[in-house]
Amino acid sequence: MNAAINQKPSLIETVIRKRLLGKGFLVAVALLALWKLVISFLAGPTIFMQQVVNGFQLGFVYALIALGYTMVYGIVKLINFAHGDVFMVGAFASYYAISRFGLNTWPSKVLPGLPVWLSTAVGVITVILLSMVTCALIAFTIERIAYKPLRNAPRISALITAIGVSFFLEYFGALPMVFGPNFVTYQRPFPVVEWVITTSGISQLPPGVAPPDNSLIISNISLYIIIISVLLVFLLNFIVMRTRVGKAMRATAYDKPTSRLMGINVDGIISVTFAIGAALAGAAGVLYAIAFPQVYFVMGIIPGLKAFVAAVLGGIGSIPGALVGALIIGEAEVLSAAYISTPMRDAVAFSILVIVLLVRPTGIFGEPSREKA
Amino acid sequence: MSKRLLAIVTLVLVASFILPACGGGAGGGTIKVGLLAPLSGAVPTFGVSTQEGTTMAVNEWNAKGGVLGKKIELVVADSQCSADPAVNAANKLIDQDKVQYIVGEVCSSASIPVSEIVNQKKVVQISPTSTNAGVTVDKNGVVKPFTFRACFIDPFQGLVMAKFASTKGFKTAFIMYDQGNDYTRGLAEAFEKSFTQLGGQVVGKETYTKTDTDFSAILTKVADSKAEVLYLPDYYNIVNLVGAQAKDKGVTAVMMGGDGWDSADLDVKAADGGFYSNHYDPGDTRPIVQDWLKKYGAAYKDDKGQPKVPDALATLAYDATNLLIAAIQKAGTTDPTKVAEALAGISWEGVSGTITFDAQHNPIKAAAVIGVSGGEKKFVESIAP
Repeated sequence: MNAAINQKPSLIETVIRKRLLGKGFLVAVALLALWKLVISFLAGPTIFMQQVVNGFQLGFVYALIALGYTMVYGIVKLINFAHGDVFMVGAFASYYAISRFGLNTWPSKVLPGLPVWLSTAVGVITVILLSMVTCALIAFTIERIAYKPLRNAPRISALITAIGVSFFLEYFGALPMVFGPNFVTYQRPFPVVEWVITTSGISQLPPGVAPPDNSLIISNISLYIIIISVLLVFLLNFIVMRTRVGKAMRATAYDKPTSRLMGINVDGIISVTFAIGAALAGAAGVLYAIAFPQVYFVMGIIPGLKAFVAAVLGGIGSIPGALVGALIIGEAEVLSAAYISTPMRDAVAFSILVIVLLVRPTGIFGEPSREKA
Repeated sequence: MSKRLLAIVTLVLVASFILPACGGGAGGGTIKVGLLAPLSGAVPTFGVSTQEGTTMAVNEWNAKGGVLGKKIELVVADSQCSADPAVNAANKLIDQDKVQYIVGEVCSSASIPVSEIVNQKKVVQISPTSTNAGVTVDKNGVVKPFTFRACFIDPFQGLVMAKFASTKGFKTAFIMYDQGNDYTRGLAEAFEKSFTQLGGQVVGKETYTKTDTDFSAILTKVADSKAEVLYLPDYYNIVNLVGAQAKDKGVTAVMMGGDGWDSADLDVKAADGGFYSNHYDPGDTRPIVQDWLKKYGAAYKDDKGQPKVPDALATLAYDATNLLIAAIQKAGTTDPTKVAEALAGISWEGVSGTITFDAQHNPIKAAAVIGVSGGEKKFVESIAP
């Protein structure tokens, strides 16, 4: 027996024991991807930058949804599969606000003297706030009715309930007197403006005119999505890290029974967490519908799934993780659609998830029992 | 009392069996045409339009004294746009009603099994609107001698739009299609082939899946390719999404598509400046079209009592029925084999264009090109292959 231990392990044994094959494969894949990116960048730097901008536009929307998944998971260890459908409700709420009630135009009606950009901005922010409040109320109700009674039940029960709530929201929404089962064209609350960035500077691109060669096109839609998402992420970070509610949320995530003993209203904090996550999904719904102007009752499934993947990739439970994970998924999707093949976009995005989880099972920022929100 | 009631009921029942049988027995003076239409099931409105179109055609022939000196009698059977009910209805028409000619079915999935029966029993079938290639040709590529259709098949629309694009002077095109959908792939392939033959150049081709909503990556490539035409032969929901995003990405190419665009839900702002092909358009100024609109509007009213505008289903059913009866007249006999031969060689001016048949029993006729501009869909021109 001693003799066996003292024997020097053969090369094959070393490879197997240290899992070198798997690691080597991962390194090879990573190098291949990097090489592909560099080649693509050199082949057409402006096109590449344009695709990166496209990826950010998608990634920031995913980030807002992913934050809801990650917060709820962090505090009650529940994967809230109804989250994508709350996102859908947010999109529809803004659709009705804009198309039926013209809520985005109220500032120009009430205060006609305001400059156009200001009244548009105030109108759009009102619409987003309305969607956020609607979604927060819905999530609060769902939590009270469907999840709270199951707080001490096995985790699988709550998970199945979440799937049930998801189906309920989808097919209740599909009823003709609710949202209806059809594709609905979404009316954007502001006109689209495009700017072209060239080596000679920035200028506005009139509609119907082809952009000049080697120019980067940025529309106000991309800008709004990025600015609003970043603001909301900072706001969330502030709430979690700097306020009493945030402190209570972190305490609840860390240890529920002890938090209760310390006088924290744990159930109330959980409800607030659900509501904040849903409000972010509501904002995401509006931004997504503005970028891809069509709403329908199952529109939340795919973005919800991708955002969930993003949250896991970033390390579920971590706020910066959700943001980084979502940006990686958004970029991976768009860049693989641009440089590999469009039908492969999801395969590539999900392969990145698998590869990252092989190397870091808790995700990029995932450190269990730390930084939970 | 109850005995008398029973006697009356029995009498009525017996009478109801005998009387129609008498009618059938004395039917030597009429030519029976069967209609297979989905009057119930998933698409009953298709059935109603089809029945109205066929009835109009039969009534017009009868008003002119029928065909071969005999009146035409229309026998309607509900086929539900589905294989089994359609087969049962076809068997009933052929065996019980002794029909030798069938107009129908509307749906390809029902027309194909019916075509198996009619070719066995030597009954002439003409489908007004089934676009699947397998309706007139069997699995081994052999043409079914007794089956025809009045509508063009999917790839034909690709050819028409390629011709339209090249007559407009466009030289470069970018094609986008759904890889998992035979309809869009068929149109895209036909467009590419014809456009290249006509001297155009396809500068890019991209596929997507039907659940995609973010088309930014593809559209950035379209803008970069500087293509003059973006051919997108998909349904209106994809057109709405792509159209709106294309304008954000600086795409200036003219969008073109097929009859999948033809919907009240097409976003006319997103598709602004685009063109699509369709079977027929009420805006067509040919006298035969305007005459058809008037006749149909006089015969049928909508819910509000206004004259109805015939849709593509009614129009193609009207054309299909006319073609069939014209073939009987041309054959000069009621023998279905002779009628099928006459139909294969016919040239008939229908509402949806002057129709002749190719070797696969598919019609060669013009398609309508419709333009979207200023929030309206307007007939542009009729393009013959």
